[in-house]
Formats: sequence, structure tokens, C-alpha cells
Amino acid sequence: MTGIIDYGGGNLQSVRNAVRALGHEPVLVHDADALEGVSSLIFPGQGAFSDCMTALEQRGLTGPLRDWIMADRPFFGICIGYQVLFEGGEENPGVPGLGILRGQVVRFAQQPGVKIPHMGWNTAHVVHPGHPAWASLGNDPFFYYVHSYYPQPEEEEVIAATTPYAGLEFAAAVERGRMFATQFHPEKSQATGLQLMGNFLSARD
Amino acid sequence: MLTRRIIPCLDVDKGRVVKGTRFLELRDAGDPVECAVAYNNQGADELVFLDITASSDGRATMIDVVERTAERCFMPLTVGGGIRTVEDVKAMLRAGADKVSMNTAAIQNPSLVDAGANTFGCQCIVVAIDARSNKDGTWQVYTHGGRNRTELDAVEWAREVCRRGAGEILLTSMDADGTKAGYDITLTRAVSEAVSIPVIASGGAGNLDHMATVLSEGKADAVLAASIFHFGDFSVATVKDYLATQGVPVRRV
Repeated sequence: MTGIIDYGGGNLQSVRNAVRALGHEPVLVHDADALEGVSSLIFPGQGAFSDCMTALEQRGLTGPLRDWIMADRPFFGICIGYQVLFEGGEENPGVPGLGILRGQVVRFAQQPGVKIPHMGWNTAHVVHPGHPAWASLGNDPFFYYVHSYYPQPEEEEVIAATTPYAGLEFAAAVERGRMFATQFHPEKSQATGLQLMGNFLSARD
Repeated sequence: MLTRRIIPCLDVDKGRVVKGTRFLELRDAGDPVECAVAYNNQGADELVFLDITASSDGRATMIDVVERTAERCFMPLTVGGGIRTVEDVKAMLRAGADKVSMNTAAIQNPSLVDAGANTFGCQCIVVAIDARSNKDGTWQVYTHGGRNRTELDAVEWAREVCRRGAGEILLTSMDADGTKAGYDITLTRAVSEAVSIPVIASGGAGNLDHMATVLSEGKADAVLAASIFHFGDFSVATVKDYLATQGVPVRRV
């Protein structure tokens, strides 16, 4: 089964529908007990960094989630579910993230002519195009983004794709072992996004 | 690079598309879900449903439409119309919408913008602004489809909702809307330059050049259009092909 972490609030329906459309059975994970029987875990984070960390803590999911990833079990983080893998960020200074990856999450610098949030369809430049995670996607597939903050991984080798915005190339996706995470929303990226999620689910389920 | 978004909009009343579409390939062109799928297949970048259902008991129908659309379309979906409380926002997001658009409710109760953004993130909150030009070169905010004049200056109101946490502005020129004579470039540019959040231009699209102009000179981040798509004048793909020839960055599928 494919677990989807649910801590209340926003739109989980799209991720659920995407998992179903790919022929897998999604189950919502509200607490650690619900991880029983789950083989792949998707974490579509929403809202603010601190809200996400607080909700994980309240549901007793912080430890189990960290253990899951550290044990190299299949994990796909999306948006805030990507950002909280890092140590902390500018959105809520002093609130620690999961600290699985070294680095901070920072805000796009305010500058003339640059809109924040970064919203819409942009390319992700794939660092290792031959990697199975990116099968059938080409070198610069388009995905849908909506975010004002982006992680700065200290370990360059975890960066799986980069995206140009606001005069820089930020880390749009990271990968280490069976942990995969993206700033963009594959569940909102039409056929391209489904392909990426399908690559993850078929390789790891 | 970040591309400019092309966004078809469907007006929905009691679960049915109102203005009517001419999708020849659809069995039921009045079904918003079928229309959404058609636009999805054309490579639309996002989709907007505007719920114009007057009665509150018709709202459940919209939730059902959103749920069924989200099952078949994996693209960003915005729902506007009838969003008055944080609970309304939550219901639409839980059904599968990514953003909600609020217009009159935000004017009557501006703290709804703050509350929505704080609870669900600013990216979910779109504020729709209907503006009409004044003689002195400013623009006034109107409600109820342009019938009711408010005391708000459109550019100032855009700045305020941006401060309050809106993630995007859906800007409709009431002067241009329905004319097919082109978007209001001056208005769009004034608002886009006044705020740091994306602006979707709406109202007046009649041909492809109108879209190119509002995206370049008008500095819009996205264009919304209804009839130009519904009546089969142009497909989303045709629009994007043309915009690309004009140097506008677009995503082609």
C-alpha cells in the first residue's frame, strides 16, 4: 500500500487520485499506527513550515517519519514535505526541521519584476537523466510549482534537478537512496507528473 | 524558465456550464467535468471554475464537480464564487481544489484573506478584483459583476490583499469584459507593477494578439479566457503556438 501523510488542512485529494490513477492503493496516514502495511510513503506537505512540523509532532509522526527515511524505505516528499527534510528555514526561524538533509530553506529575495510565490510551470533540469526516477521524462521536463521558499542543500550530491528562477538555479528535487523529494507538485503536473510518480511507485512498491 | 499560464475559465450554475461550449468531441458539453478534461488534454496550464449558483444549497453540487474533476485532471484547479468563510475554503480544498478565489467576501471582510492564507498558505488564496476605469485615470473596484461600485481604488486594494497574504490576483476589467476588443493593458500593468504576487489578466480576449499584448506590455503572469476557448475559436495549443512566435515563454505539450 502507498501511504499518504495527512495532517489536516489542504488538498490531499489530488495525490490520492494520482496514486489511484497509477494503479496503486492509497491509504491516509494520520498517525504512526497507520504506517502498518505501508510500503511506500508520500508526504505532500502544505501550509507553513512550522505548522507542518507542529502537526507531525502532535500526531506522533516526527520520529516514525525520520526512522522511515533513515531506514531507506521508499519516500516521496512534495513541497513542504520536501522542505522539512532540512534543518530549518527562514519561514520560521528557530523551528527545527527533520534534519535528514543538511541545509536551510530560504526565501526568494525580493527584487523588481520577480513575482513571489514562484507560481506556474517551469522546467526541472535533470542532473542524471539516465536515472530510473526520471525515465521517459527527457532532460528538462515541465512541472507545476507554487512556493516562496526553497531549500539550499549543503550536500551537492543529493541534488537531482535544478530549476531557474529569480536569477538563480535552485534545487528542485533531491534524491538519496530511496528518498526522493520535489519542490514542484507532480500531482498537479499532468502526464509529466504522473510519469514521475509512476516511476517512483513502480520502482519501490 | 517560468512560463506564462493560459487559463480557461468555466462558469458553472447548479453543476452545469452556463455560457455553453462547443466542444464537438464531447458527449455532454454542458458537463463541467467533461470540459475540464478537454482543456486538460489541450494542455491548459490551470483551470478556473466560477460557481455562479445563487442558492446556498447548490454549493454541494460544486463540491461534487470539483471532486469528479480532480479524479480525472491532474492540473491546478481554482474555484471561485460563494467562498465566504474559512470553512468554505477548507471544503473546496478537501474536495480537490488547489486555490479558491474570493471577491465580494474579501471586500466585506478583508480578514478572510489573512485567515485563509494563515490557515492554508497564501498560495491557496486568490483575490478576484473587478475594476472599472474612472475619468481621472484611476480604477474603481466593483462587485456583483460590475453593478455595485465600492469605495476602493483597484491598485490600492491589490496592494492591500497582497499585504494580507493573498497569493495571486485575478484582475478583470469590467470595461473590457465581454467586448472581445482586448484586455485593459494599462490597468493590468498598473496592478502587476504595484504588487509582488502574480496577476492573472481577465476580460476582453478576442484574438491571439490580445493575449500576447497583455502578457508582454501588460506584464500579466497569466491570462484567463472563457468564450475564446469555449466556442472553439482557438484551442489552448493554438494560443500557445502563437504566443511562442511572439517571444512569450509558454509550455507546449
